[in-house]
Amino acid sequence: MIINKETIVELAGKDQRIDGRKLTEYRQPIKIETNISWTAEGSARVQIGETVVMAGVKLSLEKPYNDTPDQGGIMINAELLPLSSPEYEPGPPQIKAIELARVTDRGIREAKAIDMKKLCVLPGEKAWFVIIDIVTINDAGNLFDAANLAALTALKAARFPVVDPKTGAIDYKKKTEEPLPLLKEPLGVTVYKINGKLLVDPNIEEEHSYDARLTVAADEKGTISAMQKGGTQPLTVEEISQMVELALEKADFLRKQLDESLKK
Amino acid sequence: MTYTKRIDGRKLDELRPMEAKAGVIPNADGSAYFKIGKTTAYVAVYGPRELFPRFKQDPTKGLLRCHYGMMPFSGSGERIRPGTSRRAQEISMVMEKSLNPVLDLSAFPNAVVDVFIALPQTDAGTRCAAISAAAIALADAGIPMTDMVSSVAVGQVDGTVLADLDYSEEAYDAIVSDVPVAITHNKKEVTLLQMDGEISKEDLIKALELAKGATEKVYELQRKALTEKFADK
Repeated sequence: MIINKETIVELAGKDQRIDGRKLTEYRQPIKIETNISWTAEGSARVQIGETVVMAGVKLSLEKPYNDTPDQGGIMINAELLPLSSPEYEPGPPQIKAIELARVTDRGIREAKAIDMKKLCVLPGEKAWFVIIDIVTINDAGNLFDAANLAALTALKAARFPVVDPKTGAIDYKKKTEEPLPLLKEPLGVTVYKINGKLLVDPNIEEEHSYDARLTVAADEKGTISAMQKGGTQPLTVEEISQMVELALEKADFLRKQLDESLKK
Repeated sequence: MTYTKRIDGRKLDELRPMEAKAGVIPNADGSAYFKIGKTTAYVAVYGPRELFPRFKQDPTKGLLRCHYGMMPFSGSGERIRPGTSRRAQEISMVMEKSLNPVLDLSAFPNAVVDVFIALPQTDAGTRCAAISAAAIALADAGIPMTDMVSSVAVGQVDGTVLADLDYSEEAYDAIVSDVPVAITHNKKEVTLLQMDGEISKEDLIKALELAKGATEKVYELQRKALTEKFADK
């Protein structure tokens, strides 16, 4: 891929972008769909511009961990499918996929977004475990925001499967009406720094041209639950303050998009 | 013969509702979406591009590589561990063999054409959906093809020969056979044939005859998907 890095850097200095957007403007369309997979307990497809990711929630009954016998668990995994970009190859997850999964995981886990105690069926014996798998369909930049949005949407859409009261076996083909015990709705937004300017929702070329980035996950009240700094360049405290503010503002924006999509 | 009425009310030769679209993944050189019933396949084609490691290169022609994969949440039971499995590797191999006869990769020495398949949801017939989608995606990528490949499963449930079994029919409590087939459009040659279950020779031939008509319906849809993409250009 030919990257117009110099142009991108130069334009950022003039508050401009290579695709004509404002620095703090998201690409269009932003499309959020649920129930794209009948086999998942909850699923979502999120599109931001040309970036498309899917997320699916699977629920299973497991023995709780020894140190939290009265709680269920959560796990988030991400796969950067070679289907979604010529840059990805088949094989074990690379560091980019691992970081994407772990940052998304922390945003939800540390916010205590799911009531883990309500997931417990029989203390020390049986509890629900929530596994969210995020897969990329087309990586055109800003996987962090798309993955976060897809994970939260899939969680909101999830319904418990039917459990046979006698055998305790899960009938994955039948769903109940019961949603997951969600207490909060954390959403991560990543702010990028290019040539001293802050911007959101990078396209794939900007994704290859940034100096630093900061992911901020926060719930609907603005309480921050996870952060991750990336990129090669340092950030000042003033910059971090601006980045957090912008991230919180954009999290509200994306949450509104999500609420509107779910109403339809 | 007790299985005369299908569980979902279809006629014996009737396929589940299908949808197909070409060019759904902008990053790919060619791509397609194919849905039959509750089975959905996304396919992306990358290439022809240089093949590494070098010792795998063929100086006389390009190589086709298929990579079949179910998404972790796409199985009707428990979560599927990500990464490849023996099942996925075998399906990838039979996919290559089903598509290769219609591809002419002689213009691309030392190159590879990679076909990636991802299924977000499945209800039987995944390899057939993957092959039908892959054929659209290869054509969308402009890979030289001498014919089209269309795929559908046929089989027999309790003595009745029928097309496009869904999961409830594969799991029907009787003698069942599942025969995934891929057939070329012009020559009507079979490029994929697998079978599991039990079937008589007579029923097998009957099923294969049924497959000719069934794959023709898939072909019509593949053709429509490609025309729709290129008509408005």
